[in-house]
Amino acid sequence: MSATLAPAVSTGRRAPETRRRTRYLLWTLAGAVLIVALTYVLPPFRNYQLATVGAYLCVTAGLTVLTGLNGQLSLGHGALMATGAYTVALLQERMAGQGQWTLLVSVVAAILVTTVAGGIVGLAAARLRGPYLAGLTLAVAVVVPAITSTFDKTFNSDQGLSVYVEPPPLALGATFPYERWQAWLAWTGALLTMFVLATLVRGRFGRSLRAVRDDEAAARIAGVNVARTQVLAFVVSAACAGLGGALFAVLAQSVSPGAFPLSLSLFLVMAIVIGGLGSLAGAVWGAVLLVALPALTHSVTDSIDVSPAVAQRLEGNLPLALFGITLIVVMLAAPGGIASLKPRRRKA
Amino acid sequence: MDRFVFLTFDGLGRGAVYAAFALALVLIWRATRIVNFAQGAMAVATAYVGYSVAGATGSYWLGFVVAVAGGLLLGAAVERVVMRFVDHSSPLNGVVVALGLVLVIQGVLGMTYGNEFRPAGAPFSRDAFNVGGIALLSRFDLFVFAAVFAVVGLLAALFTRTNVGLRMRASAFAPDVSRLLGVNVGGMLTLGWALAAAVGSLAGMLVIPTELGLHPNAMDIVFVSSFTAAVVGGLDSPFGAVVGGLIVGLLLSYVSGYLGATVAPIAVLLLLVVVLLGRPGGLFSRSAARVA
Amino acid sequence: MRRTWSALAAITLFAAATAGCSDDGTGGSSGGGSVPGVTATDVLVGTHMPLTGPAAAGYSKIAPATKAYFDFVNASGGVHGRKISYKIMDDQYNPANTQQVVRELVLQDKVFAILNGLGTPTHTGVLDFLKTNRVPDLFVASGSRSWNQPDKYPGTFGFNPDYTVEGKILASHVKETQPGKKVCFLGQDDDFGRDSLAGIEKVLGPVAAKQSYVTSNPNVGPQMGALKQAGCQVVMLATVPGFTALSLGTAAKIGFKPQFVVSQVGADLRTLSKQLGAATPLTEGLISANYLPMSTDDANPWIQLFKKVNAQHNGNAEFDNNIVYGMSVGYLFVQSLQAAGKDLTREGIIAAVEKGGFQGPANAPLRFSADNHSGYGGEQLSKVEGGKQAYFGTPYETDNLDGPVAAYSAQAATPPQNGIPAAS
Repeated sequence: MSATLAPAVSTGRRAPETRRRTRYLLWTLAGAVLIVALTYVLPPFRNYQLATVGAYLCVTAGLTVLTGLNGQLSLGHGALMATGAYTVALLQERMAGQGQWTLLVSVVAAILVTTVAGGIVGLAAARLRGPYLAGLTLAVAVVVPAITSTFDKTFNSDQGLSVYVEPPPLALGATFPYERWQAWLAWTGALLTMFVLATLVRGRFGRSLRAVRDDEAAARIAGVNVARTQVLAFVVSAACAGLGGALFAVLAQSVSPGAFPLSLSLFLVMAIVIGGLGSLAGAVWGAVLLVALPALTHSVTDSIDVSPAVAQRLEGNLPLALFGITLIVVMLAAPGGIASLKPRRRKA
Repeated sequence: MDRFVFLTFDGLGRGAVYAAFALALVLIWRATRIVNFAQGAMAVATAYVGYSVAGATGSYWLGFVVAVAGGLLLGAAVERVVMRFVDHSSPLNGVVVALGLVLVIQGVLGMTYGNEFRPAGAPFSRDAFNVGGIALLSRFDLFVFAAVFAVVGLLAALFTRTNVGLRMRASAFAPDVSRLLGVNVGGMLTLGWALAAAVGSLAGMLVIPTELGLHPNAMDIVFVSSFTAAVVGGLDSPFGAVVGGLIVGLLLSYVSGYLGATVAPIAVLLLLVVVLLGRPGGLFSRSAARVA
Repeated sequence: MRRTWSALAAITLFAAATAGCSDDGTGGSSGGGSVPGVTATDVLVGTHMPLTGPAAAGYSKIAPATKAYFDFVNASGGVHGRKISYKIMDDQYNPANTQQVVRELVLQDKVFAILNGLGTPTHTGVLDFLKTNRVPDLFVASGSRSWNQPDKYPGTFGFNPDYTVEGKILASHVKETQPGKKVCFLGQDDDFGRDSLAGIEKVLGPVAAKQSYVTSNPNVGPQMGALKQAGCQVVMLATVPGFTALSLGTAAKIGFKPQFVVSQVGADLRTLSKQLGAATPLTEGLISANYLPMSTDDANPWIQLFKKVNAQHNGNAEFDNNIVYGMSVGYLFVQSLQAAGKDLTREGIIAAVEKGGFQGPANAPLRFSADNHSGYGGEQLSKVEGGKQAYFGTPYETDNLDGPVAAYSAQAATPPQNGIPAAS
């Protein structure tokens, strides 16, 4: 679809891009209003879950750009999240008690550090394809506990660090629920991420991303610098993962390597594929599923009334199996993910 | 020096089991162009069945045969019932279905057998032969080596000497052309899955006695090491899988012995970076320019 | 922008789904009179445990055993007329999951207290949250010293003897019975291994050789090889059961036969023999320590009681030390409820636990007081002989600082006639 815009004269191109940006801005504002309204309706735990969805959304949106739009698979995004989370933990510890602004500084620093880390991985990744890229990023994912115990003076090995977070600003009132504040923080990050990424992927960068994904040789002929595009995609995606990880640290008020296991990285990939690889809407579905699906399978199991002996066998195991079955069924029924199930379907 | 010799043999013993499991990954990659993330869980499932049979009949070897045969059946079933219906236009769909299978298998095993460790006996003594005070290999290690080389030999013969092997390779690389030429592509896929799962089950029977015991997650870490081994060697090369397995085994042993166990994953990452930057398709990739 | 619609739809759907199944509680534990999780007829407590995943082995049996003991108490009318409901949440030993499930328990289910949450890395992450919400955090299932910080975490109490206490007790036994021997150490690379080694070295001085392992690499060949070469005669293990079994097997494999002295965490014979199978005789002579009755000690009145509860309320699950542990936790919690009195409040139960004075199945003293929130302060040595693990000698008590290791001579308590602690 974007190809049709290419021959237009420059003045004709500017206008739709500006209009598009305004439209994204309006959507973002609408999203913000919806979230704020929701946080006043939902009870505290649901607000916490909503906040978790927001933090996940930063990561899944970034991963969608990398994997969905650029075709590079990363099994190591959990490690990038850990990078952001540990940065926040270490900085917040240093700046404890100096006010709300420190959080912004820490989060921005987390994004920068993770961007650098992602750039390094991206440089190596740009040479690799398919399973070889998967293998390398898998090794990145499992290196987190090794690093935290090798440098345990800084990272305190398995036990991890606690994250200092200020209570909600007093201006909001003395009894402002903490979980509502957490949801606001997380969704500020998430909506910002969505706005920036939506603008990016509709522009020139997005066209390069997709061109490289669809046919590297053709993209090269069309003048796209393939390696540069791939590294850039990794960098953008890492920045988002860093933000997501930072928000996780803030929500949990603690970081430890056990919170970023290989299964997290794998679940992130599952989430964006199930949600729908081609679009950012898929990333939203993915983030929602990451939180809702385990909770749903657990409550389904809970509602089954059986003898203690049987219950002990089912406990934990049945939710696991149900979760797996759901993944398989969705994948077979909707190969393009949930976002592709919309009646009016467009190709990315 | 004693220490080096000891660590070398320890690493070779570990490496051999990684090699065995990496072979299963290579096999399925060659046959279907999929990295089967469920390979570990499938191997554990058949190992549970194998050990149940061994426990009930008192014969380890009967259990062993049942496990490998169970692998054949399970592989075929997974392909016929699930994988066949996956839309492979995106390679990730297969990966996600495989991960879903992992959860289902682990959940079902947990419900049936419980999440406790169970003993996994070995058919041969695991006591190492001592030479000059240094423990070298055990009978079981020798059995693992023999099994790995037998599998490599059989696979090489299958793919290069037999008609079926040729058809399997053709189906994987050019399914449409193969179909036109009268190859039963679907049947070949099923056969590929069955064989790969059987080799995986065999590897599981070799690995599990050397680790913590039988558990629904018993192969998780082995999967990571073996996948690394297969990537290092090159996913298209059975020989590469064996070499990759031994390299990873030796590296883990040396690093744990000289620098400490915590550093080992960092060393593995560095190994991958070095190997893949030099040869993006693994050590034994045939053509540098293949874009998968 | 239909996709944006889809995205908004996803969120709204999520909100609708979750709002649908949530009660209309406005959250917060403020409000006079009503105590979260407590009614005239019920008290609701929750826990987090690994029920699935690699860490679930053994541990997954603890919480159901606690629940079974509560059901046993409920069957004779509960405590002060209240029946105890116990909600068990699976966190797979992943600290991120612990965050979710503990918040669900506290904010959504409004539990009265968190009981026996398991694991150091997992539970460390929720300490601040529990403190902010003033939730009693009773009898944490781990031997970390973190639970004993009454100034920082006034509502958190330990249960297990901490790893340093245990290290000191095991080491003084070694010092006494194996003088002049070369003592070495293999431990898990986290607070378990570190604290344990700290206790050992307080008594013995620096060990001859020390090695560590990580759970993500199930091979201790290189480590055992190093200890063998160092000529170690006694090897002290701070290992979880899987790695104890692995260490024994690996040592046998390379012809290394030291005296093994193992932390209680990884020394349960029944768990070990499950993993070792035919190689179980390798455990012969293994020294360890414990503080609860052995599951195999049929003559012990507590074991008789717990076996009865297990048969009636736990589906007759295979009886092992994890079940003894779970029921002992349940017994201590019921004692705390009794002591807190009829008007149950969160402050009341914390005050009752701090008052202490509980006698139960353990052969070691509980140390609870206003300025000590650590759990048991001692252990008794045990040995595997003729395929049976049994206590020998007298129990010892000590602290995690430089205090002496002294014999603890108090008479072991016997369970009450009906198996339920009486109101104090």
